[in-house]
Amino acid sequence: MKLRIFPILLIVFFITIFFIFYKGLQNSNIYTPVVNIEKNIPSFKSKIFSTNEKISSEQIFKGDKFYLMNIWASWCVPCRDEHPLLMILSTQKNIKVIGLNYKDNKEKAKIFLKELNNPYDKILLDENGTLAIEWGAYGVPESFLIHNNKIIKKIIGPLNEDLLLEIKKLAE
Amino acid sequence: MLRFLLIVLFILNSSFLNAQENNLNNKITKNLRCLICQGQSVYDSDSEFANSLKLVVEEKLNDGLNEKQIYIFLKEKYGEWILYDPEFNKNTYFLWLLPILMFIAGGAIIFKLFYIRKN
Amino acid sequence: MASLIGFYSLIFGLCVSFLIILFSIKNFRNSNIFDNKIISLTFLQFFLVIVSFLSLILSFVKSDFSNQTVFNHSHTTKPLFYKVSGTWGNHEGSLLLWLLVLTLFIFIFLLKSKEHNKQYRILTLLFQQIIIIGFFIFVIKTSNPFNYIFPVPNEGLGLNPILQDPALAIHPPILYLGYVGTSIIFSSTLAATSLNYISKEWAKHIKQWILISWIFLTLGILLGSIWAYYELGWGGFWFWDPVENISLMPWLALTSLLHCILVLEKRLALTSWVVVLSISTFTLSMCGTFLVRSGILNSVHTFANDPERGLFILIFLFCLIFLSLFIFFFFHKTKNKDSNSFFWFSKETSILINNWFMIYFLTVVLIGTTYPIFLEVISSKKISVGPPFYNKLIIPFLIPFLFAMAIGPKLSWIKSDLKNKSYLILFLIISLLLSAIIIKSFNINFLINTILVTSAFYLFFITLRDFFIKGFKNLAQNLTHFGFSLLILSILFNNIFSTEIITNLKIGETFETDKYKINFESIEQKEEQNFKAIIGKFNIKNFDGNIEIMKPELRIYNQPNIVTSEADIKTNLLVDKFMTMNLVQNQDYFNIRYQIKPFMLWIWFSVTLISFGGLISLFKKKYEA
Repeated sequence: MKLRIFPILLIVFFITIFFIFYKGLQNSNIYTPVVNIEKNIPSFKSKIFSTNEKISSEQIFKGDKFYLMNIWASWCVPCRDEHPLLMILSTQKNIKVIGLNYKDNKEKAKIFLKELNNPYDKILLDENGTLAIEWGAYGVPESFLIHNNKIIKKIIGPLNEDLLLEIKKLAE
Repeated sequence: MLRFLLIVLFILNSSFLNAQENNLNNKITKNLRCLICQGQSVYDSDSEFANSLKLVVEEKLNDGLNEKQIYIFLKEKYGEWILYDPEFNKNTYFLWLLPILMFIAGGAIIFKLFYIRKN
Repeated sequence: MASLIGFYSLIFGLCVSFLIILFSIKNFRNSNIFDNKIISLTFLQFFLVIVSFLSLILSFVKSDFSNQTVFNHSHTTKPLFYKVSGTWGNHEGSLLLWLLVLTLFIFIFLLKSKEHNKQYRILTLLFQQIIIIGFFIFVIKTSNPFNYIFPVPNEGLGLNPILQDPALAIHPPILYLGYVGTSIIFSSTLAATSLNYISKEWAKHIKQWILISWIFLTLGILLGSIWAYYELGWGGFWFWDPVENISLMPWLALTSLLHCILVLEKRLALTSWVVVLSISTFTLSMCGTFLVRSGILNSVHTFANDPERGLFILIFLFCLIFLSLFIFFFFHKTKNKDSNSFFWFSKETSILINNWFMIYFLTVVLIGTTYPIFLEVISSKKISVGPPFYNKLIIPFLIPFLFAMAIGPKLSWIKSDLKNKSYLILFLIISLLLSAIIIKSFNINFLINTILVTSAFYLFFITLRDFFIKGFKNLAQNLTHFGFSLLILSILFNNIFSTEIITNLKIGETFETDKYKINFESIEQKEEQNFKAIIGKFNIKNFDGNIEIMKPELRIYNQPNIVTSEADIKTNLLVDKFMTMNLVQNQDYFNIRYQIKPFMLWIWFSVTLISFGGLISLFKKKYEA
């Protein structure tokens, strides 16, 4: 009896493993952090791009308004692609677009804005990339929709038309 | 032979004193997985993200956070995935205990081989 | 044209498989003499795969971009050497190499097993043909290296620059010789099990194959590690990356098989265990292939991800597993004789202990590598299992393992005692003292470090003594064990005593610590055929007044356009000095890493020693026979 049970158990075991591997094949092997968890925004102090003055997060993000914080850099190619969409958003009354200039050369960033216009209400400066990490970002571009000091949506990668509509809807 | 040993000791000694300086920093960054080049640790990686994260770890250490607090901080930002050293919780019971169980089982089987012989 | 020939010889090769099976079955039933036609057919199959392989190489050399594989992985400006090595530096080509080695090995097997039973030889061939057919279909159906593209592109996409490296050019062939060698062990064990052919003679004969695969696998892992050291990592040589783990798993299984086949050879005991190990060795190799090629795991070494390929190997792998389970449970008869019982203090026991630990290490690596997949499927949580996990679970167990390695070979078969062995204790005291002095004088108060170093020193001294006392007796075993102690010692000291400086420097700046003064002197540019190099010149003044010039490089490859950083490594007998520099986005300074890594050379040397021990064993046995 003992001899019969063991092979059967083994077969069941291997079949289970087969199905787990089979399922595993369908999952992507690239990790992206979970995007839809409501988190409080980090509190920080940062320099302002144009004036080099220090500003704290409380001064930027007021409770009842919607903000889109966008991490960008002049050397980042997808940032160039999403820029027109940011320009559209900046005309919306209920959303303020805040920029976070990531590891950039100031002169080049200025030229970038001159060429493509400036959609940002305020631009914060992140010279060494540490501020972006406080936000839980890991690349450029990334955008965060903020309301009541909470991140209500996080977008990894460039914006597109659909995301733009979604943001507009969320901010109504 | 003796001279060889002395030279070895000398080299080891002098290099070791230096090693402790950023030990903790390195230890932490070796335990973090880079999100850009996902096969590497932050310590090994040279991506923009990894370089910034190294700075953050240094800042946090200077701010007086300990190793565990830094892990908690980063886990909250990027998820458990970023830690190379999986925590012992209900998700990882099997991960940590299964090898040990296998070891005990192996020992039991070997022991049984002798036990049978005695009877 | 070459592609066409290559493709059709693959198809013919597959057809030959069926011919071989047909003839084999006929021969198996009808005659008592082995039909030599079968050997000729096996050679024909090997020849066809060679033709196919050569035509792929030819396409690479000629930069024939009408071939999709060549287009994806080659470029006209690449040096000839890397055009050739590019053949197996990609998924399709490397599978063709697998196939080549598969057919080569079965051909050699048939030539070398003439004194054996006809039925056993034929059955081994049949099992091997199942594997070969599986791979033929896999290559032809999902990863055909001869796909045609039209219109023909003018230029290829180029080979990933980190693969353009001499160590990595020979690494895959060597590693595959090891992996595929396990397939012979697998087929032969299945054949021997079904025919109840397992005997001392069989053990002796299969041991050759175990040794061959083991030697190649060891060397393959070594080459991969050396490559990782100077190309990939920043001074690291083992990252517990999935791709490394999957080469380690069959190695661990093979090593325990290598030990327990000795018991079988001497005493005809542990037969079931040998069968299980032989099956799992090949299964682990295949499992590794699945894990890497399917892209189910995330690793620094990326192969093209294709779920269809993954699915094929997965199904194939489990077919082989169920086939072997079936054969094991239906045909395997344990010989219930006295031979299966042991006295507790004997060489058999020490080998069992070796197996016990080896299997434990294997479980750690296997579970650590695959656990994230299981967790994600079951609970959709993603975690990483990295070096700290492996270190925590493996290092403490190394201590008893090393002691067992030192004492085990001293025991004799069947029953032994420890008369006249007082030196064992003497050596223990010496090692303990020595490691205590070393660890103490560097202010590391880790108890575990002392014990670990002690155990490694113990093995070191015991094996060293044996060289003088026993001379050439048991040389192979002693050499590998000695090599292993040297390896552990070097790794330990390397870990404990490595130093590094990480800083940002502009040209002309100097960085100073109390021990070193690093001066970034200048930068120069160089144009090569396939890359542009930026070479930094650093002047490093060491604590002892020595001045070292280091020249790390940044290489900007043209095809594909990738920047890599080439370390400058100054190696000598005791220490490696290792320097890399890296660009920082939008800054005018470079990120500099300067590392002093003691005993690197000894790590490579000891692994070479270990495989050399295997080589001696291989030839010694041949000489005796």
